[in-house]
Amino acid sequence: MPAAARVPVEEIEQVFRAEHGRSVAVLVRVFGDIDVAEEAVQDAFTTALQRWPRDGLPPSPAGWIITTARNRAIDRLRREASRRDRHAQAALLQAEADPTEEGPVRDERLRLMFTCCHPALAPAVRVALTLRLLGGLSTAEIARAFLVAEPTMAQRLVRAKGKIRDAGIPYRVPKEADLPDRLRAVLAVIYLIYNEGHVASSGDRLDRADLGVEAIRLGRLLAELMPDEPEAHGLLALMLLLESRRPTRSVAGGELVLLADQDRRRWDRDLVAEGQAIVRACLRRNDPGPYQIQAAINAVHSDAASVEATDWRQIVQLYDQLLAIAPTPVVALNRAVAVAEVEGPEAGLALVDALDLDGYHLFHAIRADLLRRLGRVGEAASAYAAAIERTDNAAERDYLRRRYEELSP
Amino acid sequence: MKQYLLSVYQPDGPPPEPEVLDPIMRDIGAVEQEMKDAGVWVFSGGLHAPSTATVLQRKDDEILTTDGPYVEGKEHLGGFTIVRAPDLDAALEWGRKLAEAIRWLPIEVRPFQGADDD
Repeated sequence: MPAAARVPVEEIEQVFRAEHGRSVAVLVRVFGDIDVAEEAVQDAFTTALQRWPRDGLPPSPAGWIITTARNRAIDRLRREASRRDRHAQAALLQAEADPTEEGPVRDERLRLMFTCCHPALAPAVRVALTLRLLGGLSTAEIARAFLVAEPTMAQRLVRAKGKIRDAGIPYRVPKEADLPDRLRAVLAVIYLIYNEGHVASSGDRLDRADLGVEAIRLGRLLAELMPDEPEAHGLLALMLLLESRRPTRSVAGGELVLLADQDRRRWDRDLVAEGQAIVRACLRRNDPGPYQIQAAINAVHSDAASVEATDWRQIVQLYDQLLAIAPTPVVALNRAVAVAEVEGPEAGLALVDALDLDGYHLFHAIRADLLRRLGRVGEAASAYAAAIERTDNAAERDYLRRRYEELSP
Repeated sequence: MKQYLLSVYQPDGPPPEPEVLDPIMRDIGAVEQEMKDAGVWVFSGGLHAPSTATVLQRKDDEILTTDGPYVEGKEHLGGFTIVRAPDLDAALEWGRKLAEAIRWLPIEVRPFQGADDD
């Protein structure tokens, strides 16, 4: 057997997974149809499984996948078109009109990202489509990540692709006037994916690492494709800084560890350095937005060796800025936590009590903590109980229960 | 080019007073004129109240005739516009203009089947 051979199946799978977004995106442009593009990549995968173990990895796997997929699809469409399949005829026509050798000025993946995150699709659908088409996750993986049955997820994806095709959702980077709104939707989808991986809103394990990694991959891609959009960089920095603390967010057994109690020596310094460098670049650019400010807040935390050493005044200032552009009660709640560190728990509690967030478990958890620090044990106990009642995440519930039990009158 | 149906849903009951309705109708007329000028307008019209509707449906061997609209509810299709547009974004843009003109009523945008004429 020649040395080039012996490409294991796992490696082929990895290559296809890594190149999935690019391949599908280019083929969607070629054929004007997502299903044709996906099927073509699947065909190329089958061919790779036969050839690569024998011939070794091609010099440019992405180029090989796209060329092979394109040729396979054209063969298939010719057969179907000759049977008067109108759909195949249309895709074939589109492919023949496509100038294949054109050097793409803008990456096709960016267009596809805007299609997947189109406001005419429901938010949950945008998330699933982005993970499927750009992330290359299988339907089963996405279903597992979002705790829905696989047939349900499959149906959701089929319906979404049907709407894109039938309603004519374009494959296009939106025009300048629409870009801010549309970009916000893309950023929100990526951050939603990250958060789903960061804190599973229900289920037993706190982290679902795959989604976090996937979101960062998508965030990197977006920042690379839209270098002039500061918020794309802000989102990437925010995710990197949050990710740096993942190893310390829970202990063996899956229990949640809050920022204040984390072993900061175990934060991932490389991720911190990368995130902070992006934050500094954003500051120089001076065109702030919500993601950049949240990243800056996290960069301040990353700088501090302990809770006590944290520059809380700067954090309060950043929250003031954030509150001015994103005046939501949750931002106000987080600001109150920082105020409590600067001015004491009483000042923090006064701000917290003014908020209308009764349904939010962290509102009660934060109240409980402030009341505990003020020695108001009875009230703290009922606030913990209210928090426990309002979360479905087992790790968070365990943490809150522990704090509740630690309260001694 | 595809064709899109932009429909307006309105609550049943008497129409608003003229001082409310007139400026709305003027604005809708202006959007329609803009559609015509852009060459995208295919058809539009407003409907009489749902109580004027008649439903026909085949039951066994005969066609049954019933009085009133088919779908029961407090809101019904009040009128619609058909536009030609290259994609959903362009259709939504026209829909947005109509929604603005029509103030608080929702506009539903739906693609026609087989309207591709290219």
